[in-house]
Amino acid sequence: MSDRTTRLLLLASVFVIATCGLIYELIAGTLASYLLGDSVTQFSTVIGVYLFAMGVGSWVSGFVSRGEARLFVQVQLLIGLVGGGSAALLFVLFTQVDAFRPALYGMILLVGTLVGLEIPLLLRILKDRLEFKDLVARVFTFDYIGALLASLLFPLVLVPQLGLMRSSFLFGMLNVVVGLVSARVLGLGGGWGRATFFIGAMILGGLGSGFVLSDRLMSWTETHSYPDPVIHAVSSSYQRIVLTRGPGDIRLYLNGNLQFSSRDEYRYHEALVHPGLSRVPSVRRVLVLGGGDGFAVREVLRHAEVESVTLVDLDPAMTRMFREQPLLTGLNGEALKSGKVTVVNADAFAWLADNRDRYDFVIVDFPDPSNFSLGKLYTTAFYRRLEGALNPGGAVVIQCTSPLIARRAFWCVDETLRAVGFGTQPYHVYVPSFGEWGFILASKAGLGAPRPLPAGLRFLNADTDRSLFGFPPDMTRVEVEVNRLNNQALVRYFEEDWAKVTPH
Amino acid sequence: MKRREFLTAGVAATATWAAGCGRLPAMEGTLVRPGMEAGHRLRDGAKASVDRYEAVDAIIVGGGIAGLAAARALMRRPGRKVVLIELCDEVGGNSAWGGSGATSCPWGAHYVPIPGRDAGEVNELFEALGIIEGRDAQGVPRYREDYLCHDPEERLFLHGRWQDGLIPHLGLSAAERDEIGVFLARMEQLRHQRGADGRAVFAIPVDASSTDATWRRLDSMTFAQWLDGEGFRGAPLRWYLDYACRDDFGLPASRVSAWAGIHYFASRAGVASNAPAQAVVTWPEGNGWLARRLLEPVAPVVRRHVAAMSVQDEGDGVRVDAWDMAAGRAVGWIAKQAVLAVPQFVCARLLGAAGQGRGTGAVYAPWLVANLTITREPSGRGAPLSWDNVILAGKGLGYVSASHQRLGMTVGERVLTYYLPLDHRDVAEARREAAGWEWAEIRDRVLEDLSRAHPDLATMTRRLDARVWGHGMIAPVPGYLWGGERERWGRATGRIRFAHTDLSGISIFEEAYTRGVRAGKAAGEAFES
Repeated sequence: MSDRTTRLLLLASVFVIATCGLIYELIAGTLASYLLGDSVTQFSTVIGVYLFAMGVGSWVSGFVSRGEARLFVQVQLLIGLVGGGSAALLFVLFTQVDAFRPALYGMILLVGTLVGLEIPLLLRILKDRLEFKDLVARVFTFDYIGALLASLLFPLVLVPQLGLMRSSFLFGMLNVVVGLVSARVLGLGGGWGRATFFIGAMILGGLGSGFVLSDRLMSWTETHSYPDPVIHAVSSSYQRIVLTRGPGDIRLYLNGNLQFSSRDEYRYHEALVHPGLSRVPSVRRVLVLGGGDGFAVREVLRHAEVESVTLVDLDPAMTRMFREQPLLTGLNGEALKSGKVTVVNADAFAWLADNRDRYDFVIVDFPDPSNFSLGKLYTTAFYRRLEGALNPGGAVVIQCTSPLIARRAFWCVDETLRAVGFGTQPYHVYVPSFGEWGFILASKAGLGAPRPLPAGLRFLNADTDRSLFGFPPDMTRVEVEVNRLNNQALVRYFEEDWAKVTPH
Repeated sequence: MKRREFLTAGVAATATWAAGCGRLPAMEGTLVRPGMEAGHRLRDGAKASVDRYEAVDAIIVGGGIAGLAAARALMRRPGRKVVLIELCDEVGGNSAWGGSGATSCPWGAHYVPIPGRDAGEVNELFEALGIIEGRDAQGVPRYREDYLCHDPEERLFLHGRWQDGLIPHLGLSAAERDEIGVFLARMEQLRHQRGADGRAVFAIPVDASSTDATWRRLDSMTFAQWLDGEGFRGAPLRWYLDYACRDDFGLPASRVSAWAGIHYFASRAGVASNAPAQAVVTWPEGNGWLARRLLEPVAPVVRRHVAAMSVQDEGDGVRVDAWDMAAGRAVGWIAKQAVLAVPQFVCARLLGAAGQGRGTGAVYAPWLVANLTITREPSGRGAPLSWDNVILAGKGLGYVSASHQRLGMTVGERVLTYYLPLDHRDVAEARREAAGWEWAEIRDRVLEDLSRAHPDLATMTRRLDARVWGHGMIAPVPGYLWGGERERWGRATGRIRFAHTDLSGISIFEEAYTRGVRAGKAAGEAFES
């Protein structure tokens, strides 16, 4: 190989590694702002630490007295492995360990140090092939052009087209290729060369697999949808349960959807339970469908005349968490530990089909009808079965999404209940973390005036209770279809209405 | 050289490693060819003499829907001694089913369109089984919601994504869409068309259709010829119509009669207060649910694994010789009445001289049905998993999600039922070819066909169980429906009555059930006289 070709190839590798180096920095910065929020702080600290680490790398290069070429190749392979896998590793770590920040900055220090080693080593490798002034001029020219390319590629092409994880794997592979090509160009053969080649091929294979499997990896790490740090994350057979803790509250997400914020859940749960319960003349037996967090049960237990509460929730992981974890039992007042409460982990539809017991008050607190499986729990077929679980004079309350955002979905539930022969009393409440939220109280026999509310409520009193039942014009009834198993009208209304406010 | 060797070794190691990561989980499964072995033994002239004949009031040969319906009708009269013999180890015929609970799945027919007013027997049955829950003041039935096919009903894979519904619309030109619209409007018009005799031109049961020759003439050409003549030539429409013919008849539009092709679209006259006219009822085990309900009251008289060898009307009774495969001996009955609920080529053998010519010209489409037990919900862009999932221009008809009708949430394993009519060549050749397929070959065919929509299907399939139905369904080839023969074969001869969908020319539940009930009732009435 001519000297000229060697020189050119080495200078080209400056260009590539400069691009890679900046890409890792940008990935770390973006990830940190995705995961931790506050992008100014995150970018500023990431860039600072990264540049500092590069300085450390340059300083360390001074201790290398021989074997620059081999070290350069090894550094390339190492950067490829660590930098290439960095995004995936950080995403995975985020839900697995509490100490995410040390991991993040440890990673930045490591990659930065390795990147900092590259240029000094290359300068020394090239020093005998170029004059000093040309050497410095060319190396830094390529270095800065590479940086420009990276800074343009990253926001315009990489993030929108490949995403963070794939970009990181891709540039990791480029580093490894630079390492392997340099080994060849610098004439590093023999046993060392073969071993290096084999290791490089393995790393390439690993990064390539990561690149191909990024989607699957990404599905384990849905972290970027949470504004606050995750303090607990488990996958049950049914859903992904994530708890986050922010400055002022604890939040629960199921499959990425907010279920409550500890700051204002009392508004939701007081409004869910008491308006209906206080309108049924005598309530001894209560059934709660869904609501594995135990908050609705907590409110039910405020009524001393209630003798038994049956909670049917699909997911044992949910009810176990909310019965056992001190942080959470502190929130639900240990409701699920009460002697009056029986917890059943079953599919509500299947459970109702076999159920022969009757209840005075039923609380239906299912997730919103965002898919066809959940939509079945809001159909005439379901409400007919529900009717069979109700004592004469009893009532049902159903959480029915937002009548402001999903107006058609809300009134579709009302229409469906009436199609089965229920009389309905729709109402709504403002919950800051959710927005305007709707409920429907339904009964066969009609309901009387409310009895006095239990003591200790933070939101409801006789006045607020009365005010819930008025609907301003932008939320009043609209003409909609009845939701049946064979048309699933509700899911379509829900999707269309929410699509208007949450861009995809 | 050393370097190259090392390189090769490295690449080989990496490849092995990569292959190790991508290795498919072990897939197991079974392959069954229902009735083939026993059927062929009989065809090849197995004969044995019967020592002792048991006297019965009525015997039914064949435990498909027609046979079960005949037994049910006969057993409505208490005190009568009835026996039903079935060749296979299970009843249900084309409505066979498998599994239980989460793994329930169909082995054949999997839905029934809600019946129109002409289908009196089916209406009565649906009411008796609680499928029809009640009627309003005008007599319009209300269907049990659980049994109506839940939404989303159908989706079609094309251009790399799933669209709602089976009729292609994604990426079609305006002209292609218009053509489909014109075709459907034409069918809607024919749905209300009445012949000179005032009867519906395309009815279910088929024999309730108008006798008007203007319309019956459509039976003498293929559906494809009729479509060409009418100017329906667009590729998307023609794909859809081919799909429809293969789905209902097991053969493409170029091989079925135009009358049958139109019948598919113009015969559905369902009425319901809580569902549209085209609605269907279905269950996780498909029409196996209906077969099970039909079996319940007649189960005590069903003898499985018993193959009829000969059926002779001897003036004072019908003598039936059969082979009890479990006991390994010949058995016999002398019956006052007999119902042959088996295909006509089988009747011809059983009846001997009396059955000569029976079944000549009848074409039976062979089918492959595979049930795939998969470990998670299949992914894909576009419309979500539906009941019926079809791949545009696929070899098969796509798959039905057997868990679709379950009310609870489905997690973990589920079953997909894949259908492939073996219409890639002449039916006899296709039947012979399929008789030679091994399980592994079938597995590869099924996965390859579905991999277009689900490239990762092989990694999530834990079991693949397959059945090859050699004589799956009667196919209404041109001339079969209104050529006269079919109707002649359907008439009772002496004490023997016939009930099978090949007597209708269209293999659907309504035909089988109606023929079975009518044969059973007629046999019952014959006792009285």
